[in-house]
Amino acid sequence: MNTRKTLVVVGHGMVGHRFVQAAIERGLTETHDIVVIGEESRPAYDRVALTSWFDKGSEALSLLPEGEYDDPRVRLILGTSVDLMDPATQTVTLSDGAVLAYDELVLATGAAPFVPPVPGVEKDNVFVYRTIEDLEAITAAAQNASSGAVIGGGLLGLEAANALRGLGLQTHVIEMNPRMMSVQVDEAGGKVLGRHLTDLGITLHTSKATAAITGEGTCTGLAFRDEDETLDVDLVVFSAGIRPRDAIARAAGLDLAERGGVLVDEQCRSTSHEHVWAIGECAAPGGTMYGLVAPGYTMAEVVVDALLGGGGAFTGADMSTKLKLMGVDVASFGDAFGATPDCLELVFNDAVAGIYKKLVISEDGKRLLGGILVGDASAYGILRPMVSSGIPLPANPEELILPASSGSMDLTLPAEAQVCSCNNVTKGDIEAAVEGGCESAAEVTAQTKAGATCGSCKTQVKKIVEDYFAAQGKVVDKSLCEHFPLTRAELFDVVLVHGYKSFDDIIAAHGTGRGCDICKPTVASILASQLGGHVLAEGRQTLQDTNDAYLGNLQKNGTYSVVPRIPGGEITPAGLIAIGQVAEEFGLYTKITGGQRIDLFGARVEQLPAIWGKLVEAGFESGHAYGKSLRTVKSCVGSTWCRYGVQDSVGLAIELELRYRGLRSPHKLKGGVSGCARECAEARGKDFGIIATEKGWNLYVGGNGGAVPAHAQLLAGDLTTEELIRYLDRFLMYYIRTADRLQRTSTWLASVDGGLDRVRAVVVDDVLGLGAELERAMAVHIDSYADEWSETLNDPEKLRRFVSFVNAPGVPDPAISFGTTRGQIVPDAGPDEPVLLGASIPVGGARR
Amino acid sequence: MTKDTTSLVPVCPLEEITRESGVTALVHGKAVAIFRTHSGDVYALSNYDPFSHASVLARGIVGTRTVAGEPVDFVASPMHKQAFDLHTGRCLDDGTVSVPTYEIVVTDGMVLVGGPKEAR
Ligand code: SRM
Ligand SMILES: Cc1cc2nc3c(=O)[nH]c(=O)nc-3n(C[C@H](O)[C@H](O)[C@H](O)COP(=O)(O)OP(=O)(O)OC[C@H]3O[C@@H](n4cnc5c(N)ncnc54)[C@H](O)[C@@H]3O)c2cc1C
Ligand code: SF4
Ligand code: FES
Repeated sequence: MNTRKTLVVVGHGMVGHRFVQAAIERGLTETHDIVVIGEESRPAYDRVALTSWFDKGSEALSLLPEGEYDDPRVRLILGTSVDLMDPATQTVTLSDGAVLAYDELVLATGAAPFVPPVPGVEKDNVFVYRTIEDLEAITAAAQNASSGAVIGGGLLGLEAANALRGLGLQTHVIEMNPRMMSVQVDEAGGKVLGRHLTDLGITLHTSKATAAITGEGTCTGLAFRDEDETLDVDLVVFSAGIRPRDAIARAAGLDLAERGGVLVDEQCRSTSHEHVWAIGECAAPGGTMYGLVAPGYTMAEVVVDALLGGGGAFTGADMSTKLKLMGVDVASFGDAFGATPDCLELVFNDAVAGIYKKLVISEDGKRLLGGILVGDASAYGILRPMVSSGIPLPANPEELILPASSGSMDLTLPAEAQVCSCNNVTKGDIEAAVEGGCESAAEVTAQTKAGATCGSCKTQVKKIVEDYFAAQGKVVDKSLCEHFPLTRAELFDVVLVHGYKSFDDIIAAHGTGRGCDICKPTVASILASQLGGHVLAEGRQTLQDTNDAYLGNLQKNGTYSVVPRIPGGEITPAGLIAIGQVAEEFGLYTKITGGQRIDLFGARVEQLPAIWGKLVEAGFESGHAYGKSLRTVKSCVGSTWCRYGVQDSVGLAIELELRYRGLRSPHKLKGGVSGCARECAEARGKDFGIIATEKGWNLYVGGNGGAVPAHAQLLAGDLTTEELIRYLDRFLMYYIRTADRLQRTSTWLASVDGGLDRVRAVVVDDVLGLGAELERAMAVHIDSYADEWSETLNDPEKLRRFVSFVNAPGVPDPAISFGTTRGQIVPDAGPDEPVLLGASIPVGGARR
Repeated sequence: MTKDTTSLVPVCPLEEITRESGVTALVHGKAVAIFRTHSGDVYALSNYDPFSHASVLARGIVGTRTVAGEPVDFVASPMHKQAFDLHTGRCLDDGTVSVPTYEIVVTDGMVLVGGPKEAR
């Protein structure tokens, strides 16, 4: 007799998927065959991150990209719904007519947006915001629309509004209450939030009830109750709350909660039917429905546990929320409205900066009960676990919300404090993961899922990992070096804010001691990015690494290389001849580089001015092969010659190379431009890569070759040249401002909270309002650019150092000697000890 | 004829050496790196970097590093960044390596460099 049982899961959403995962992980499939019936056409996806579908598409959201579980005892049936359940016969009937018998039935049907019975809701261009199909439909309708309204100003409504704004629509939000997010935010917080939304360009209509959707067949506007006025809009999205999808349960006569949802006990078992369970948004444990994913996940675990004979229980959940609108920070947690008798409130309200923070504290001042953060929710990561774990408040709780201290307070959470509420991960779990070998917050997230869902706990996860390493004595100190207790990005801001111009002033005010080989070049680079001007300008030359100090790359034998700029790799025969003549005259080794230009090797310090004198005369300038700065913008031949080229890639590469030449940055910068999708310029292997399209240019960022190659990712597509340059200006300056020392764009992008999406929001959508400022900074650089080598040649003070010996300027250093390989000079192996120059060689000989 | 390898020879005016940097001088046929620190003190080391076997030390960045709680003036080799104590020539990254130091004085604004000092 077959002793295996059949378990049917109805609904393959976030919670249904988590249930199956837990069932496989904990061995439930040893005894049960699982059949999952999902109504949507695709496997479960991350609904919490639904809005990022606009940037990333469906695939990135998928929770089961392979399309099936790697346990053969689980069968997934998609695009099919369960229309009937019959607890008496223990069967379900599918939309295709099939009937399945079950031993256990798990309902995970989620919830559906509530659409109030307003006349006209059946019209075209009226949407909800719940599935990928909804977003596809909204996107399609937005093509022919110029304005849209979201009905409902709650958490999801605002997310939808931001999406409409992102689609280029004039966006309105209609809210019945006098403020947005009235469930989470109090009146004062609502005011501040309202101002942020208005600044984003969203028009708010509060205390307004929609009476009808107007238009013939297709929506053209809204009419309001008690008012004559109407609002013309081309499309409408309802976000007026959600209702559990309990229709099949209702028809089968299961106990339901008063406000809907399958009534279940603490084990999530139907109170009326022994073999039926309900989890996620369709369930109402103890009569309450939870509209968040984390409680659903807990319910999924509880049911797996119960089916395995365990005693886990669901006893309520943390309803903390953080709004995922880029640029507007809003968080609300615990007893946000101060409902606890006799509780105290601490409020910080900076109307000018648009920051509102409120803490609700127990009567004795010892415990944090809840709070609201608007405008700056950076403290959310520390505050929320304080509520859930009940650890005592510090002596001066106001410091938790005063601007200066955000995040810097030393709060020690107990190991059992829940850090990630979405995935129920405690501080102890995170520390255990680190102990078990995780070396970074990213690895901890991969292993524990902490931070993988809504992301609001990421800073906290990172901090715990860092604290753990610090306690182990591992260096996670982010100080630049022993002289500066700041990161490069912080130092950049300090220099910018104070307008410092010299290393001495900076170290006197913000550092200690005299500096070293790490902080000096870093400061030199920061000053160069901000002030422009010559790298060897007064006071700065001693800060430079040898490459910048001598405007050449130091070679293994103490000589330097000479790399004239050849923008886009385009060079005239006369230019080639000139370079050849210089190389021949000075006996230099020549090589075509991987960067589409020519490198001349083996020049002694004292020869550099003469060599460059000739090159400058022939029309060349410094190629900055020595600097942490723009190197080359590689190009393919493009539409100039190529039969496939759709744009002038050479022209653009030259334009960009000339625009950004000399730009000092945290690490070197490389660009590439390809004339069509065949990508002959390998643009996606560059920090910024541009690929021509029929309509314009696609801009990719964050690529590199080198030791850890990275492919550049799409920042924005089909741009005009003007847009492209604007975004590039912003992107590069944003990188220069915020990256760490020696961090290339790829690693920087990975380190930015929110990654590429965040950078796109800043660069393309300008959510920080920094765009103009970044463009201005780039304009300063472009205006102040001058060729470093011609300036050096014209300045005796700068030339003074290009000598072999102070007291014998023209005498070649005897330690440098050459052999010959393949017909050209190559360095001899270095001498084993210092070389003695014959005492007879005259001292003070003329300079060559 | 015995070669003079120890007498002090004038190299350049002190003014010619920018504070916190070095110059290379040819002294008794050898390349010597001469440094002037922020406080104005001068030091002379062999210009030969024992790690890279190249004559380059004078072109390194000058700074301070805290060793056993004390700030030590050093130069970082421009080749691969090993730090050398300006006072003793000792390598701060590898205790087994050091470079010779040279006699150096400043008289009437002129820098004079002599022969190698006894190894300490
Ligand atoms: C000359 C050249 C090799 C050649 O003969 O072709 C070269 C030579 C050097 N490369 Fe390179 N790289 C050269 C193309 C490349 C390329 C290819 C490219 O640009 O398309 C790459 C991979 C692409 C990239 O950078 O993403 C490349 C990846 C590196 C790296 C690794 C960077 C990384 O992020 O991992 C370094 C090390 C560094 O920069 O820290 C490096 C560093 C160096 C340095 C500067 C090392 C140094 O500090 O002395 C070399 C000295 C050049 C000199 O003495 O003049 N070079 N190097 C190429 C000069 C290109 C130019 O015209 O400016
Ligand atoms: C835009 C948006 C943003 C959100 N942001 C957050 C957030 O920041 N934090 C948070 O905690 N939560 C957030 N949520 C809520 C979160 O997505 C839900 O709590 C979570 O998806 C609930 O999971 P579930 O499995 O219960 O329901 P769902 O994910 O909706 O899955 C239910 C599935 O069952 C299917 N189904 C229904 N009936 C049947 C049937 N009869 N037969 C077969 N299949 C059926 C449905 O088609 C659906 O695929 C957000 C939701 C949206 C829409
Ligand atoms: S990328 Fe396209 S346009 Fe450029 S050379 Fe290759 S095939 Fe031609
Ligand atoms: S709290 Fe949502 S991912 Fe951790």
